[in-house]
Amino acid sequence: MTLIKEIDYGTQAQSATKLVTLEVDGHAVTVPEGTSIMRASMEAGIKIPKLCATDTLNSFGSCRMCLVEVEGRNGTPASCTTPVAPGMKVHTSSDNVRRLRRGVMELYISDHPLDCLTCSANGDCELQDTAGEVGLREVRYGQEGANHLDAPTDGSNPYFDFDASKCIVCSRCVRACEEVQGTFALTIEGRGFASKVAAGMNEPFLTSECVSCGACVQACPTATLMEKSVVELGQPEHSVVTTCAYCGVGCSFKAEMRGDQVVRMVPWKDGKANHGHSCVKGRFAWGYASHPDRILKPMIRDKIDDPWQEVSWDVAIARVASEFKRIQAKAGVDSIGVITSSRCTNEETYLVQKLARAAFGNNNTDTCARVCHSPTGYGLGKTFGTSAGTQNFDSVEQADVMMVIGANPTDGHPVFASRMKKRLREGAKLIVIDPRQIDMVRMPHVEASYHLALRPGTNVAVMTSLAHVIVTENLIDENFVRERCELDAFSDWAAFVAEPRHSPEALEKTTGVPAELVRGAARLYATAGNGAIYYGLGVTEHSQGSTTVMAIANLAMATGNIGREGVGVNPLRGQNNVQGSCDMGSFPHELPGYRHVSGEGVRSIYEHEWGVKLNPEPGLRIPNMFDAAVDGTFLGLYVQGEDILQSDPDTHHVSKGLKAMECVVVHDLFLNETANYAHVFLPGSTFLEKDGTFTNAERRINMVRRVMAPKAGLADWETTMAISNAMGYPMNYQHPSEIMEEIARTTPTFAGVTYARLAKESVQWPCNDANPDGSPIMHVDKFQRGLGHFVITEYVPTDEKIGPRFPLLLTTGRILSQYNVGAQTRRTANVVWHPEDVLEIHPQDAEDRGIHDGDWVRLASRVGDTTLRAVLTERVAPGVVYTTFHHPVTQANVITTEYSDWATNCPEYKVTAVQVSPSNGISQWQEQYQDLTVKSRRIAAVPAK
Amino acid sequence: MSPDKLAYMANQIGKFFVSQKREDGVASIADHITKFWDPRMRRDFLAHLDEVTLDPMVRQAAERLKTPA
Repeated sequence: MTLIKEIDYGTQAQSATKLVTLEVDGHAVTVPEGTSIMRASMEAGIKIPKLCATDTLNSFGSCRMCLVEVEGRNGTPASCTTPVAPGMKVHTSSDNVRRLRRGVMELYISDHPLDCLTCSANGDCELQDTAGEVGLREVRYGQEGANHLDAPTDGSNPYFDFDASKCIVCSRCVRACEEVQGTFALTIEGRGFASKVAAGMNEPFLTSECVSCGACVQACPTATLMEKSVVELGQPEHSVVTTCAYCGVGCSFKAEMRGDQVVRMVPWKDGKANHGHSCVKGRFAWGYASHPDRILKPMIRDKIDDPWQEVSWDVAIARVASEFKRIQAKAGVDSIGVITSSRCTNEETYLVQKLARAAFGNNNTDTCARVCHSPTGYGLGKTFGTSAGTQNFDSVEQADVMMVIGANPTDGHPVFASRMKKRLREGAKLIVIDPRQIDMVRMPHVEASYHLALRPGTNVAVMTSLAHVIVTENLIDENFVRERCELDAFSDWAAFVAEPRHSPEALEKTTGVPAELVRGAARLYATAGNGAIYYGLGVTEHSQGSTTVMAIANLAMATGNIGREGVGVNPLRGQNNVQGSCDMGSFPHELPGYRHVSGEGVRSIYEHEWGVKLNPEPGLRIPNMFDAAVDGTFLGLYVQGEDILQSDPDTHHVSKGLKAMECVVVHDLFLNETANYAHVFLPGSTFLEKDGTFTNAERRINMVRRVMAPKAGLADWETTMAISNAMGYPMNYQHPSEIMEEIARTTPTFAGVTYARLAKESVQWPCNDANPDGSPIMHVDKFQRGLGHFVITEYVPTDEKIGPRFPLLLTTGRILSQYNVGAQTRRTANVVWHPEDVLEIHPQDAEDRGIHDGDWVRLASRVGDTTLRAVLTERVAPGVVYTTFHHPVTQANVITTEYSDWATNCPEYKVTAVQVSPSNGISQWQEQYQDLTVKSRRIAAVPAK
Repeated sequence: MSPDKLAYMANQIGKFFVSQKREDGVASIADHITKFWDPRMRRDFLAHLDEVTLDPMVRQAAERLKTPA
């Protein structure tokens, strides 16, 4: 194993088709027009010394280290800013340029600490390397003159230091913050010798606008910006490429290791989803993997108010099997089931649904996608023919207008948000449809042309009114519709949306969006060129979530924005493997590849493969499981990697369901909230401890690679196998690659997927004989279902109504530094940015209630109440409040209700009628729950032998 | 399971299919319930049809589910 060091070509690759041939030090090299001399030279294998240049940033031409001579031209141009020309003859190491470089380097080093042996960058310092390359042997000026050697270190950020004494003011950090991340948190303050890098308004990094993405640290050529983990542990000695376990962007990282210890996670430049960029979670928030809260031994208990007993794996697995068999014998085969998490690998989720279907003999398998993107599955399946985003992430570079609906990319999908912001800075237009003023509505160098701040719950009305404008103003792409879609259905839909009751003016009172904004947004989307829609859980988590997805698909088809680069319908998946867990047949009605269990043909494939008869009836969905538990017909549950108590709506109902079960098995890293109601705890493995694959939001299948042994002894797929074997259904995979082989054998869209192939390069499904290289863009010549299907989207208001008792609407979401229920991120230094959930409330609503910024408030709905602190902000409109669900102390889902999407039962998290009132502190329920948690997490002392 | 809750869910499904012009609404509602509801949910739903309020097309779908062709 070696440390992976990507080649730095110094400047960015050019995409011109016209090629130019030149000579560098006598070697001919051919490159695309517009390429810099520096890059051409590197492609010829000749590295020109550099400091301010790196190939992830635009050329800057500041450090004067990369000077070259060009025959027939005067002077010594900077090779990073000078484009190649046909027939050019370049000399990179003439006496003259070597002398110049050495002189410049001498000046740099005259103001740089000479502490290389004790420097944290020793062995990984471009300044050190470049000094060697230019042959620096002395610094004639000494270090006695004016210098910056006493400049202070800013250690305020929990993950990296800024040691100003080592800064060479190359601006790479400032440019990375601007060009790669798009936050503009850094600047060069002062002039001349007083120039220095400053965060925000010359303030500590922690309190500045810095979002800790790590781009500046990665760009820094010295030890000025350095990971604290490297300062503490030293330089890594080998690296392993793997995939981030946070959001659905699925960034590729190099896990840089020293032995089996992670020193740092560095985004991999060749990663197809992230191209070398990262966010604070993937880059830095991996410390949970070694957090002392991790449970590393299996545990059992007879009753949920007993303390846990640590036992061997054999005893724990035997308990699971005997309990599940006992329950099935008593209450029937359908009385137990499984829930998997989108945090698990494809191979793990495949095995768990197989466990339910083949070993349990039922289809009671569901996944957390039930509560996020199940409406995407239904809606896109109905209109396009399959449940998946249509584009790759790179497609955004060709978008002319982006419509972001119910998503907050800078917080939920930050690395892709940086790509979006870059394209917006290049001139693409932006439409935001969201009740809340998300950052992208207005931030440095990005401003939405339209922000439709709709009333929560009125998505369908807004989408239909956009369609009304497109149809009645003749903005339809008639050729596309005629050639690619079902014409009868289109005609019905066009007549429906054209009805006057769907005009923006008629719906203005319902949606709260001024009609002229809807008209403007519709015209922009339909006429700007390539129109791309990106949406999130603000679309799906409604009682009409599936209908909104179909309305979005209708809009894209009507305007011809499907089937090429720059367009499409793109669900931004919340967790890392939402797409994959759905692909793998985790839903109770579908086998892998989205094929209904009632189909004899598909069942026979798996009956042959698995050697058992399969149940043709759909199983229970997650919310139905709780209902059935309360009814006494569902009594045993295996939950892998998901904290349903904290993440699912109507917490009281969930806990009632869990309490009614006779055997709850939690398979997780930590004693999570669900484990309060569990009888068996099986310790899980982190993404660092197992092999497998994740499929991101662009259908890209990426390798997850084990970098250390499972701390609890078993990888999660091995634990599932053990349960199955103990239940009497044999599973004997030696490695997850064998599971993928089975997936490929049985699932047509994965037929061409193998580990050998993925080891070379990630691939986007469908990957099979028809699409041997995978499918970056879907529905290119025809839809998966043949012709696109328009669906009539009648607006049906939610039954969750505001009234005198509950006059405000609560909507929930997430923030940048925390992830889902916070099980991972709360156990990292990320808590410094978000130590507790807070309630955003409009100043007018706060004043009406006598609430001040920072006050404790009671948030109550008809199903429950909790308390948290208020933050007064105009991000939310009057009448709307907002919170996150990252902290179990708050339990935001105590407030959310049982209402759900009509087609899929995806909960209506985004609309809850609430009241907010001043409070003195946490509620009685919260106190009781904290007591329960303490009691439930007791682990009995091991008796002395 | 609660007959009222199941009836509520069925009516929600009905509200979507009733607006689809070229579909046999009754058949589509019945098909959706068959494809997405676990058998015990369907059983509980059909066992209490007399006790719940159903939209007309949903009731027809329920009757059809009760006596499959």
